[in-house]
Amino acid sequence: MSSVSTRLAHKPADYKSDLKPIWCPGCGDYHVLMSFTRAFAQLGLAPEKIAVISGIGCSSRIPAYTNCYGFHGVHGRSLALAAGLKVTRPDLTVVVASGDGDGYSIGGNHFLHACRRNIDMTYVVMDNRIYGMTKGQPSPTTEPEFDTALTPGGSGVAPFHPLVVALASGANFIARCFSGEPNETADVLAAAITHPGFSFVEILSPCVTFRPDQKEWKELVRPAPVVATNDQGKAARRLMTDDGFNLGVLYRGDRVPFQPAVGASDTDLSVLEKDFEL
Amino acid sequence: MSNTPDNPKISSLEDLLAVAYQIEIDAVERYNVLADQMETHNNPELVKIFRDLARAEGIHGEEIRRLAGDFDVVNHARQIAKFGRRESPEEAELGSAHYMMTPWHALQLSLAGEKRALTYFSFVVETATDPKVKALAEDLVEEEAEHVTLVNRLLRRYPPPKDSWAEDLDPPVSQE
Repeated sequence: MSSVSTRLAHKPADYKSDLKPIWCPGCGDYHVLMSFTRAFAQLGLAPEKIAVISGIGCSSRIPAYTNCYGFHGVHGRSLALAAGLKVTRPDLTVVVASGDGDGYSIGGNHFLHACRRNIDMTYVVMDNRIYGMTKGQPSPTTEPEFDTALTPGGSGVAPFHPLVVALASGANFIARCFSGEPNETADVLAAAITHPGFSFVEILSPCVTFRPDQKEWKELVRPAPVVATNDQGKAARRLMTDDGFNLGVLYRGDRVPFQPAVGASDTDLSVLEKDFEL
Repeated sequence: MSNTPDNPKISSLEDLLAVAYQIEIDAVERYNVLADQMETHNNPELVKIFRDLARAEGIHGEEIRRLAGDFDVVNHARQIAKFGRRESPEEAELGSAHYMMTPWHALQLSLAGEKRALTYFSFVVETATDPKVKALAEDLVEEEAEHVTLVNRLLRRYPPPKDSWAEDLDPPVSQE
């Protein structure tokens, strides 16, 4: 943790780029961006020591709007990129931004293994239960009865439960936030960043364009009536019975993060090159 | 709303100045975010309104900073002006923005913010034990009440829009 003077040296605005977001007005992602910058300022992290990595989708535009290092990667592959970066540059704070389509569908497999590997990074998924950028297809977290042009009458498929999957797969920190509470979200993000290992933060971030019904989330969310546990069994019971609107840190594990030794490789690259010669 | 543990603790005149300053600065930042959104979505009338509101709040913030004299109100504000789960009282609600919103909507956001600030400073008046803090809080209440009146007056120029205000002839649609 940095000293008070370092912490006060950075303002949230220091982490914002000059690019203006092009999200729809009213989108929850504006608040999430605010929470990112507030969390970074709270921790007093130097912008050049942070890397924000993303995939594809509305949420994945976030690296461009920060003044940190960033990588707007391929659809669903943000965690693979981030894992590679973190194991080679453990000195960086790596934060990954994704959405429910990018993170749970296209990137679903990476999600499982990122939790399992427990590399020290923070995975933020802005969940609006729809593919917004491609104009309103159901995602893995869309309710079965939600009607779209592609799924008249609803998809009929039960939604994925990301927090339960994260816990079962080995994530070391699990939290849920609501974009409309940016101060609280910033505090949770700061806690997720400082917690060792793979931290997973689901942020309910309404899509005002394709899911105007999500305006009611503001009335549904509430602080979780329990404190975070490090007991996986207890956490599993809580998460399995949760209605999806309990906010806060729900699980804090104590697994040791995976960090391979970084240094010069024993492999002589010229030998490898020779093997692959045509 | 003011009677919650989320309000910053006001123990001195310096605390109140810092919180009052931060409330104005947060409002400036929020109005500028909204102006940027409207710029991106080509709603120039709203860009002007939000920029004007940001400018007005900035002037109030500057007045408070001047009132604080040599005291470093900016730094103190960053340390103590925290509103917990809620946002700062005068921050316009981002979730209520819409790319086709009208001046009436913008002023409604502003009115709601001024009223929240009024409630907050009234709470400080009620709970202050230091007479100097109480006196300054009363001035701030008076000022916020003037702002409420001013926004209400501005609203007379902009009647509520028709129910069809959000009707877009080229709307974003779900993919067929």
